[in-house]
Amino acid sequence: MSLMHAEQTAIRHPGDSGRLMAWVAIATLPGIITLTWHFGWGVITNILLAILMGWSLEATVMRLRRRPIVATLRDNSALVTAILLGASLPPASPWWLLLVGMIAAIIVAKHLFGGLGHNPFNPAMVGYALLLISFPVPMTQWTAPLGLLSSQAPSLSDIVFHITGLSGTTLPDTWTGATALDAFKNKPETVMASEFWATSPLPEGARTAWYSVSLAWLAGGMLLLYQRIIGWQIPAAMLGSVLLAATVLYAVDPSHHGSPLFHLLGGATLFGAFFIATDPVSAATSRRGKLFYGAGIGLLIMLIRTSGGYPDAVAFAVLLMNFTVPFIDYYTQPRAQGHSRPNHGIKPPPSSNEDRR
Amino acid sequence: MSQFNDLARNGLWSNNPALVQLLGLCPLLAVSNSLVNALGLGLATLMVLVGANISVSLIRYHVPDSVRLPAFVMIIAAFVTCADLLMQAYTFELHRTLGIFIPLIVTNCAILGRADAFASKNPILPAATDGLMMGLGFASVLILLGGIRELFGSGTLFADMHQLLGPIAADWQMTVFPDYDFLFLVLPPGAFFATGLLIALKNWIDGRLAKRRQRQQPTSAQSRRVRVTGTIR
Repeated sequence: MSLMHAEQTAIRHPGDSGRLMAWVAIATLPGIITLTWHFGWGVITNILLAILMGWSLEATVMRLRRRPIVATLRDNSALVTAILLGASLPPASPWWLLLVGMIAAIIVAKHLFGGLGHNPFNPAMVGYALLLISFPVPMTQWTAPLGLLSSQAPSLSDIVFHITGLSGTTLPDTWTGATALDAFKNKPETVMASEFWATSPLPEGARTAWYSVSLAWLAGGMLLLYQRIIGWQIPAAMLGSVLLAATVLYAVDPSHHGSPLFHLLGGATLFGAFFIATDPVSAATSRRGKLFYGAGIGLLIMLIRTSGGYPDAVAFAVLLMNFTVPFIDYYTQPRAQGHSRPNHGIKPPPSSNEDRR
Repeated sequence: MSQFNDLARNGLWSNNPALVQLLGLCPLLAVSNSLVNALGLGLATLMVLVGANISVSLIRYHVPDSVRLPAFVMIIAAFVTCADLLMQAYTFELHRTLGIFIPLIVTNCAILGRADAFASKNPILPAATDGLMMGLGFASVLILLGGIRELFGSGTLFADMHQLLGPIAADWQMTVFPDYDFLFLVLPPGAFFATGLLIALKNWIDGRLAKRRQRQQPTSAQSRRVRVTGTIR
């Protein structure tokens, strides 16, 4: 055995966030391509505009903070934030919507807290949550899955016109449709789930489109797992708890709850599990903590989906669990070799022996 | 006179109840979504603060230390009830908009804090000045916040001012940005955000002022002496 070839060291990615983030960006490609295939060029324009804005905003802030601009842009974190936000927003969003979201993500959520590595909240999800509560109308108009090549689909020039914001805040009705989760959430209380699906409430092929997009995100997530960019703990715990909660609800009352498969594939669950919740900065850090963190996100998603006001809840669930990360990390800090168990929480009163000493 | 200058500077700037002590945040964040709400609550708080400070100062030799806080709270509650009834009588619509936040002035820590920390140890005139300045400091931040949130949240200024000032102000509403809506600033998270930015702005101004003062101070020969012990910064 030669000691000169120490290839397999413990650390596979020696502190290079640029490489790490580049892999995340590459892993989003299957999802982006599938989204574009089903929902049109608007997805691409979203992402490209967001990337441009992300880079310019990052450069501006770096100039104001008198830090090196190019070296910071090379860490690719602005790129990933822009891709994630661009992919989360409804396709062909107007430019001002993207700009407000990116300002909230890059400037407020990241740099006001001290830059990359100091942000307690996931930047892309801060941007998304701010947009969702501020502009509910343009944020809930998802384009219908007309397909990239169909003749009804909006042409590239239509999309560019819509991005300029001149056509008003609403897309033409022929382009838009509710998302599957949205339609199911807003079904009348008296309608059974089976009756609801029998009436074909969604545009043609919508459910297939959403399911295939979810599977594409899953493929990208598998790449990240294979490359060891992310650990298995957060996605597994999050998907497991979603599946468990959905199964319990479905078993108790199948007439008013979506099936577990629907909850797993019908919305942003898989996207969130592999690309949002695993953000290395804002997620829990210890292995055991990651399990708690992921499970919490999954449970919150199901809680908000079934009894909250929003049809999908990945952004809010992730942000809420980001709050708990310091708490989780404190209680799940792994024990170093040779150290005794840390005494967390309420300490027992010191015994009289110790007092005398 | 310098004591009153100090009181004014303390209340309005260097020890501002909203931006530095961060007291009374609950009403500050909850009702600063429009200028008229902010002005109404700011005036009510100002009145209560001055009244409470004067009364506490008057009885400062007659209240035993052990029961001073309950006594102060009773005094504050009495003034809040007066403010509540006055607003109900003269600005009924605004009273309904502000709702629970007028009775909640009782729990505004800024008021109890001034009563205990200042008014109970000082004569009437300084106590009244302190109440006035602290109240003005609180009200000005409240009004600034209300203006910012109304302007950038719904694009108007001075909307519904008639609720507070009567029919004169009926047509004061200015629409700065027509067809504009940014719900985030109207909703509570926007209040936290705007308050954070105001605090940052104040700290930034303070930092600039301190730097300028340092530059203007002539460096004497003694201060250039090389230190040979201790930490060199």
